This record gives sequence, structure tokens and C-alpha cells, in this order.
Amino acid sequence: MLRITVQKALKGGFLSPKHVSPMLSKGTGDVQKKPQQIEVFVDDKPVMVDPGTTVLQAAAMVGVEIPRFCYHERLAVAGNCRMCLVEVERSPKPVAACAMPVMKGWRIKTNSEMTKKAREGVMEFLLVNHPLDCPICDQGGECDLQDQSMAFGSDRSRFTDIEYSGKRAVEDKDIGPLIKTIMTRCIHCTRCIRFASEVAGIDDLGTTGRGSDMQVGTYVEKFFLSELSGNVIDLCPVGALTSKPYSFAARPWEIRRTDSIDVLDAIGSNIVVCTRTGEVLRILPRVNELVNEEWLSDKARFAYDGLKRQRLITPMLRNGFGELEPVDWECALVSVGKKILKAGKNVGAIAGGMAEAEALVALKDLINKIGSEKVCTEHAYPTTGSGTDIRSSYLLNNKIARIEEADLVLLIGTNTRLEAPLLNSRIRKGYVHNETQIFVIGPKVDLRYDYTHLGTDPGVIKDIEYGKHQFTTVLKRAKKPVIIVGPDALSRPDGAGILLHIQSLAKIIQACVTEPDWWVLNILHKVAGQVAALDIGYTPGTKSIVQDDSLKVLYLLGADENIPCRKDLPKDCFVIYQGHHGDKGACMADAVLPGAAYTEKQATYVNTEGRAQQTTVAVTPPGFCREDWKIIRALSDIIGKTLPYDNLDQIRCRLEEIAPHLTRYGDAENGNFYDVSLDIGKQSNVEIETDPLCVTQNCLEDFYMTDVISRASSTMAKCVSAVRQQKSSQY
Amino acid sequence: MFAIKQIGRFCNKGLIRNLQTTAAVQHDALFVHRDTAEDNPNVEFEFTPENQKRIEAILSIYPDGHKRAAMIPLLDLAQRQYGWLPLSAMHKVADILELPRMRVYEVATFYTMFIRKPIGKNHIQVCTTTPCWLRGSDEILQTIKCQLGIEVGETTKDKLFTLSEVECLGACVNAPMVQINDDYYEDLTADDACQILNDIKCGNKPRAGPRNGRYAAEPIGEPTSLKCEPPGPGFGVRSDL
Repeated sequence: MLRITVQKALKGGFLSPKHVSPMLSKGTGDVQKKPQQIEVFVDDKPVMVDPGTTVLQAAAMVGVEIPRFCYHERLAVAGNCRMCLVEVERSPKPVAACAMPVMKGWRIKTNSEMTKKAREGVMEFLLVNHPLDCPICDQGGECDLQDQSMAFGSDRSRFTDIEYSGKRAVEDKDIGPLIKTIMTRCIHCTRCIRFASEVAGIDDLGTTGRGSDMQVGTYVEKFFLSELSGNVIDLCPVGALTSKPYSFAARPWEIRRTDSIDVLDAIGSNIVVCTRTGEVLRILPRVNELVNEEWLSDKARFAYDGLKRQRLITPMLRNGFGELEPVDWECALVSVGKKILKAGKNVGAIAGGMAEAEALVALKDLINKIGSEKVCTEHAYPTTGSGTDIRSSYLLNNKIARIEEADLVLLIGTNTRLEAPLLNSRIRKGYVHNETQIFVIGPKVDLRYDYTHLGTDPGVIKDIEYGKHQFTTVLKRAKKPVIIVGPDALSRPDGAGILLHIQSLAKIIQACVTEPDWWVLNILHKVAGQVAALDIGYTPGTKSIVQDDSLKVLYLLGADENIPCRKDLPKDCFVIYQGHHGDKGACMADAVLPGAAYTEKQATYVNTEGRAQQTTVAVTPPGFCREDWKIIRALSDIIGKTLPYDNLDQIRCRLEEIAPHLTRYGDAENGNFYDVSLDIGKQSNVEIETDPLCVTQNCLEDFYMTDVISRASSTMAKCVSAVRQQKSSQY
Repeated sequence: MFAIKQIGRFCNKGLIRNLQTTAAVQHDALFVHRDTAEDNPNVEFEFTPENQKRIEAILSIYPDGHKRAAMIPLLDLAQRQYGWLPLSAMHKVADILELPRMRVYEVATFYTMFIRKPIGKNHIQVCTTTPCWLRGSDEILQTIKCQLGIEVGETTKDKLFTLSEVECLGACVNAPMVQINDDYYEDLTADDACQILNDIKCGNKPRAGPRNGRYAAEPIGEPTSLKCEPPGPGFGVRSDL
């Protein structure tokens, strides 16, 4: 099996053009001088291709798709399924299109007799060892083997072995609570093995045995636990690896697919929400080369069952016994309105991590109209200096997709693997294919690639900045360096100091970078709503709320994580919780207004790189839940401060008024004014303390349950217990 | 245990369409690990000091970054030291080569000569492929079975012998033959087989090689061909060239 090993990638120079070409053609554009193109003919259509292009890629260029099972453009070439055999003129036997680089003047025949016969033969052999259990197979309807046997297979069977010896049977493996294995169906394409080894960096899957005894598995009893493990379900061309939570739930032709955005981390992965009869049945990734390629983290993929549990489905008010009592919307809004009117200007609001731009704007407009400026987000961020006025100081400026081009990555106070798994997969991609050097300041966490640890003391940043650390020269020599700062480093009390020194360091390094449009300073967030909230003008952190003794009403917009507890608030403070899950926020609230979750509303989210994207309505909100901005709009009517928007278009016009980029869906505006931000920051005098940098998500166990949806998900709970179980295992 | 056995029902259903079918051939070893008393990750395995030196020598052959090429020699070394290849030995090799354990499992399960189950001190591999079979390997196998009182794939109670049936070992010219550990015993008769087993039982090491008086693979008695001087250059070439 051909595979780029880490050692090979580290040593460099061992990569064959066959391996490199697909990577380069994916837009890294790192080719200095363009090699001369060669002409080949696919079904007599001429096409000019770069040397090293495979037959399969050349065919794809003229729109001819060659059937394949093992080949996947994001994984190393294996060439073991033989489905892509095609005839090349004057070649005595068919060639494997996925692994064979084209030669000048080749005439590739993808529809000739020889090609057809080769495909039919390969298909026949695959089907000999494949059970005929399509009726009970979850892959049915979206199975490559099914589709390709219809298109390229023989129309009749010569299979008589069933009379004699029966079909091959392989025992199923237990590889965790997410992936169901039916190994008899496996056709040994090894995509899952290559994914695990190359993308996820977990070498737990492999092939054991040989010949007809070969099987894919872990050999020992071990779970395949990775934050990206669910992707092997999509990669599997047959039904050998299927989704456990989705097993026997639905057929692909009966479900409705809605394109949407994931909001469980700040990456904003593009997803497809599959629904039937008003229920989310599964979530699949959608290709977006700029954000998530075609991968999806396990939390985004499997936490959807949390959308059905612990939901707030009716408005509630706390009665005289201190219990939350269901009431109707009118009653709830009127009593909440009364409290707000009574409170006058002493109203504050905290927005949670999953609040969308529309609700954020509506809430801010409402609170401002009342006369208060206390609108903040639950996740802290430095506010001294230019604060969050300048976008470049809180964005992943270099954009997610370009992180893989970096030749040096410095991670400060972050565990990218768990905070943003798809950003981490980009870094790993650079590590495997691009010889990226990775350095870490912060806790020693398992990132699934090797890195140099520079210490946990944030003071190291200063040393590097002042050139007192030997790493400074390394950093200055790098052609494409990036510094990625994690959310936990900046939410510290001395976060402002840390940010300032990093900005200052980034300026020094930026001066050494010759690459155009390459930005050294990159901030990573962990919640989907933070960037939009900062764009709209929310104050990060709840400090202003906690310090305010005269607060009469606190409005929590889906805030559950870092909210002040009841005893930190004034005694008579009335707490309103608007959100979709009954978690910490709803527990302490006096009034609960049920909102919609991200699959139930059309909403704008801005990811950590500043890319505005929108979710769409896949299912209707359960019970009496309403879209969040509409609740606030209704409330504004009741307190006589009517907000000037009645429908989605109008509120989006309002968004555009505040920040035009919020409605430019799919685009990420570049950050700017780096130097201005730094200069303003220098006026404030915040120093870095000596406490070691730490992160809240240290090991895989901490990855699964981080927000209200994933905390309510039983699948995620099973993952946590699987990780714990694995820890006690000897393997 | 190590034999490639034919598992299949050769029933008389008849070849209805006159198509030839083959029985599925499956190995009788497991390709997943099961913890047993003898083989579990807690079994102690450490290379002996002599073998440590050998490992260093083996590793020095391969250039930096290609240490994984030493996997097969190392696994073989572990097997020679331990008698067979327990899971902990695989782990040890993975640690030495700084490889994921799965990569070692893959190799160890691929090669049938890596034995992943406890085995007797002497591993008797009887070749039963066509040339040996024509020359009477069935008799040899039967003799050994009777002599040791075990079936193919079994180990004697004293853990001295394990019997397996294997495919061609590449000594067809000296058929029938058996391999016992690293040695080939060739041109056997049933009596020879008994004698060899008895010798081993007594603690002696019987002489390896042909048993019918031949030195190696030469014809018995006189050479039958290539008896004259080899012809010089130009032999058989057209005279006008």
C-alpha cells in the first residue's frame, strides 16, 4: 500500500510527484516555475495537463468520471480496488487510472471494450465477497458499490459458490459509540485506514491477515476515538462503516436535505441537515474548500440528538413557590415587559455563544432603546486599548484554508485539536505534506502531530518579542509563519497584555514576511456567535454586569457558560432566559422564553475568520419555540419601544447598516488596521502575569460536551464514557 | 494451525451449468487478537542483551527515517527468542521502531511465518503440495501423526512438537520433505520420519538434508545430463555471422 509516512514527509524529497501533484493542484500554488504541460487524449478529446497528473485526474478535466472505490482526492493513492482500470492505446493491459501518471500523447479510452470488461471483472470479484444484504444495509441508496454495479457491473451473475462454500464472513469490530461496523461488507478500499493515519493522525486502523482472510480493523479490541472519526462513515464506499446513531433510521431518498452551517464551534463548517417528519435524522458535511473541505467534527455531526432533549418548549414564569410554570406567550411577554419597564435603564444583557447576528442586533437595539449600554457576551476578550473596535484584533486573519500553507505555526494557549478540529486538520495537513514546523506556548496537549514545546509561561511571548529567545530567529526566518492564539489565553485577566505582546510580536514578524496577503496574527474563537457579537458591538465578558449593583433585569440570550451566579446579582434582579435548552441559564431564570436552535431558524453566523454564513430552516421549532429575533421584536412592541423591522429582509437590512459584511454570505472580509490597533493598545498598561497558560479542553474527553446542545446529547455522553473506558483499557 | 486448509463442502450437487467452482480457502489462524493467559499485553517481553546488540546491528543497516524497514528482522528476532510472537513482543518492536502498534500488527498478521499462538519447541511443517504428495507426503504426514499422537495444527502435551501442513517449501526435487524449525529433511520415507522424531525426542539434532544418500539435489547415482565439457563461445551460432 502506498502511503506517505510521517517520516517521509519530515525528511522531504521522498515524495513522488504522484503524491505531490494532487496536493499542489488543490490550490496551494506553491510551484515556482511551471513545468511544461503535456497533451493527452481522453476518449479522443485532447487535454493539456501538468506532468505527473494521473490518468484519472486528466479524465476528470474533460468531464469523464472514472469509477473508483479506493481513490479519494484528499487521501494518498492506494490503487488497490482496481475499479479504475482503463485502456490506454498500445498498452497490452488496462492501467489503474488513479495511480498511473500520464505520458505524452497517451490515448486513454474510458469506454472501450477492454475497459468495460475490466470493470465488469473487478466488479464481479468485489461482489463475490460482498453480502447481498442491501435491503438491510444503511448505505443502501447512497452506496458506491450499488451505484457502480448498476452502471458498470455485469447484468447477470455467475456466482455459484453459494452452493458450495458460502460467502466470506468477517467478524464485526466494536470501534466506539459512533461508528457501526459490518465488516463482511468491507471491500478493502482502505480509505478509512488512510483517513485515520493521514488526516486524523490516529493510527489505530489497519489491515490484518492477507488474501481472502484480510480484514480491516484494529486487531486488538480498541475504539477508534478521534474528534474526526465520523468522517470514515462518509468515506466508506460501502456499508461497512455506518453511523450508529443513524442506524436503521431512514433511507436517503425519504429524507429532506437542507444546506446549513454548524454552530458548535467557531469554524462554521458547512453542513447538510437531513430531516424527515420534522426531525433531524443526521448531519452530513457539505464541501466548502475554504472552511471545512469535506470533513466534519464528531461534535458537529453527532450532537444533533441533543436538539430533541432538554428543550424549552413553552414560555415559563417562576411562580410563588419558586417553580418555573408554563404560561402562554402573551402572559410571559407581558410580565417580562412589565419588569423591563419597571427597571428603566438598569437592564443588562448577556449573549451566549450560539446567538446569531439577527438576535444579537435585535437585543442590542432593544437594550439601547431602553437606554442601557450593558450588552455583553459571555466569553471574555480583552477590551483595553482598541478593544474589539478593530476587526483584525479578533479574527483568524490569514483564513482557515491558508493555514495549511504555513511553514511555521505558533500556537499560543490553545488546543486546536479540540477547540477547532478542522483547523487542526489543516495544520496537520501542512505538517504531513508541507513540512510545517509547529511550536506551542501553553499546556502540552495531544495535537496528533509533533511540535516543539516552548513552555507554559506566557512570559515566553515577551522573550520572543524582545529577541531574547532563540526561537525569534526561527520565527523571523520563516517564509509563511502564522501565530494562532486560543480563546483561553485571551480570556485571562491579563489577556489584554498577552494580546498586546502577541500583536507586537506579529508586527515584527509581519515585517519579515514577503508573501502578499499573508497575515501572521490569527485569533481563534471557540463559539460560533462571538465574532458576530463583537462585530455588532457587544462588550466581551460579563464584568460590567457583575459589577453593577443597580441591575434590575438581566436578559440572557442563550447564555449558559460563564454567566454570573444568582448570588453575584442584586437580590431583586429579574433574570430572563431566552434560548433553546434548559441548562444553567434557564435554571436561574425567573422567566424563560423558548427560542429556536440553529437547525430551526434562518440565521447569520460569522466564523472565526470573519466569514458570514447562514443557517437555514431544516425543521420547525418544537412546541411554542419561536425564532429569537422575533421574540425580541415582539417584546419591544409590548414595552412600547418597537424595533423597526418586521421580517427577515428588514432585519438583514439593519445588519447591513451596522456592518455590511454580515450579509455578504460566503465571503470573509480581510482584517486591517493592524498597526493602529497595536498603537492604541500600547497606551494601556497591562502586563503579562506569570500564571501558566492553560486551556479548558485538555483531552478528548473534554471535547464532546461543551455547549447546551452537546451536553443534552446522549450520543456525546456515550462518547465521553467510551473515552473513559478506553483509558482503562490496556491497548 | 498454520496449514492452509480447504474449508468447504464438496457435496454432490453437481455442476449444473458445468461451471468450475473453487472452495473458499481460508486460513485457520485468527486475524484479530484475543486475550489469553499466554498472550495478553501484560506478558513480559524484553529482548535479551545479545539480541539488543543484534537489534542495534539490524537498525544500523537502514538509513535514518527508514527504521520501519527493520520491522520484519526484529519480529523474527523476537520470535526466535520467545519461540512464537506474543502481543507484547509486537508492542516492543513498535516501541523500538517508534511506530504505531497497528503498523506492526499488520505485518505480523500478514506473514504466515510469524506465529501468534503458543507453539511447541519443534515446529514440523509437512509439505503436501503436488510434487511431495506424488512422492508420498500423505504417508509421511500419517506417520508423524501416529508417532506424535496429534492432528495437524496441534501441539504435543510435552510442548515438544507442533505439526502443521504447509504448501510448497521449494524443495520439490527432494520430495517428500518436512521442515523442522529451520532445517529441511528431504527425500524421506516413513522410517526416516520416525527416526528423525525419535532423535529429536532424545535431545539429539538429526542431520538435515536428503535421506537417500544424495548430497543435495543431484541425481541418484550417475549424473544424467550436462556430462560433457561446456561448449565455448560461438556454439550454435550461424556460421555466416
